[in-house]
Amino acid sequence: MKYAFYPGCVSRGGTPELYDSTIAVANKLGIELEEIVGAACTGAGVLQEKGLKLGDTLNARTFAMAERMGLTTIMTICSTCQGVMAQANKRLLDNPDYLAEVNQELKPEGLEYTGRIVIKHLAWVLVEEIGLDTLKTFVTNPLEDMKIAPFYGCYILRPSNALGTDENPGRNEYLERIIETLSGEAVNFPGRLQCCGFPIMLINEKNSMEMVGKHTHNAKAAGADAMVTPCPLCHLNLDGQQPKAQAQRGEKIGLPILHLPQLVGMAMGLTPKELGLGRHIVSTKKLLSKASVRA
Amino acid sequence: MQANLRVRRYDPESAEQGSHLQDYQIEVPDHFTVLDALMKVREEDDPSLALRCSCRASICGSCAMTVNGRASLVCKTKMLDVAPDGQAVLVEPMNNQRVVKDLVVDLQFFWGKVRAVEPYLQPRGEEPEGEYIASNESMLNLLTPMGCIMCGACVSACTVLEVDKNFLGPAALAKAYRFVADPRDDETQQRLESLNESSGVWDCTRCYMCVDVCPKGVAPMDRIMDLRESIIEAGMTNTPGARHIESFARTVAHSGSLDEPMLAIDTWGRTNIIKLMDNAMLGFRTLRRGKLPLRSGPFHPRRPGADAVGRIFKRLSK
Repeated sequence: MKYAFYPGCVSRGGTPELYDSTIAVANKLGIELEEIVGAACTGAGVLQEKGLKLGDTLNARTFAMAERMGLTTIMTICSTCQGVMAQANKRLLDNPDYLAEVNQELKPEGLEYTGRIVIKHLAWVLVEEIGLDTLKTFVTNPLEDMKIAPFYGCYILRPSNALGTDENPGRNEYLERIIETLSGEAVNFPGRLQCCGFPIMLINEKNSMEMVGKHTHNAKAAGADAMVTPCPLCHLNLDGQQPKAQAQRGEKIGLPILHLPQLVGMAMGLTPKELGLGRHIVSTKKLLSKASVRA
Repeated sequence: MQANLRVRRYDPESAEQGSHLQDYQIEVPDHFTVLDALMKVREEDDPSLALRCSCRASICGSCAMTVNGRASLVCKTKMLDVAPDGQAVLVEPMNNQRVVKDLVVDLQFFWGKVRAVEPYLQPRGEEPEGEYIASNESMLNLLTPMGCIMCGACVSACTVLEVDKNFLGPAALAKAYRFVADPRDDETQQRLESLNESSGVWDCTRCYMCVDVCPKGVAPMDRIMDLRESIIEAGMTNTPGARHIESFARTVAHSGSLDEPMLAIDTWGRTNIIKLMDNAMLGFRTLRRGKLPLRSGPFHPRRPGADAVGRIFKRLSK
């Protein structure tokens, strides 16, 4: 299985452990990743506020580059990249005139998008392409007795008409299915499909921290040992800002937040070092001892 | 089919504290909506069940509730769609609003927000003899916000209102857009100034909840983004929200990828010493874990392809 790999800005910036753990897990599972060298930021919904066509053109350029690599599926590891690309792709494919207009903008760059690209997050690749039965055969270190709270991140879920969740409602439960496949217990808590507050972290910090505090508190209260997220932006807020959210809430929470490939890698026997589990703000040490993984 | 309804009940006059869930099992035809089933329960089984409804045809907006946690018009929600195998359907009152009784919420909160944006035309000058005329074309982009039936589903689903009741919220902001974009209104500048303040357009997290639950395709979040664009176009660029967009665009146009530390510094304001000090601890923590992107600002590396990205920006930036 070969994918055009789009790592996104944050896995190469603030969460390098996501990039490393993705590569480690992909190698182990035999997922071949060819990075789209020179692809631009998706715009994360922010550039789209400046100009929708600007954002769509940048994403169409990425799609055209993947087509030129001879590949049809782009694999993302970020809920936000997933959602923004899927929305751009839908707008382009729904309206041939618009696609032609955007292609005019790509012409000077010697590129054309023909509309053959599908964008899939690692979580979807694991469930829909590798399959949970196959994934199970790679589990050497089952996460027994571990309670994991899934936190999806808005853009892998909504808007549902662009994310295929209307036709494929199971996508809103993939994290639970993956956790169970790794022999962990998925914790249900209010907030699993809600917003982490990251987009307003710099704009309304109080509200953003309220969201971080609430979700981590609720997951912990529901018995979670850790939370897992397919979105590095959620990770930046839920992990990086957890100390601040705790201070605002006046309560110690201390809930480790894992990237999806870190959780999968733990169950496949990859070492904490390979998975960058020492690079979190909220320590993962206690969790690792519970998972009987060598620290 | 057998309908299994699990309804959240609350009676302010009862001695019991808080709410409780009550199960109802009834036989209903396959075409029944959740509202049909609830009304059948009320008529045949339990007349004490309180709910609000009127048109039963997704026109009046009276019957918004949450169904399995999702804000929905119950008259538009088929039992078969939410319970194809006859499983229990959880019906609760809307979120973010005070419950009066059972499935009925107090709409004061909702209407208070809508009133705050002055949802009426404010033309200046002489009153025309006939009607205020607007061209068809100039009104086309108002069709979606005008489709709002004020059901409150978006307010129920809003993740910001859940933590901050001061936020104007999706329904009121979509309504505000409807008047900002109306060519007959002459208070655009003053409206935008007020929406630019705290609890206005910049507090939205862009979580898409309101877009997903709206039964009328109003897409309130998209209207909030339209308002942000209008605010920036009107020259009101000295807010963290506006600076955030500008800095984001500047760094991506320059290097093809995001410069996270610079985005933070620009958004707070480059001379905002208090914010910088306040976040020094986070900077130190991330540095210690080897994850602070140190190559920032003038040192932010240009990615391969940055030239092409820069050219596209140049061609398409307004």
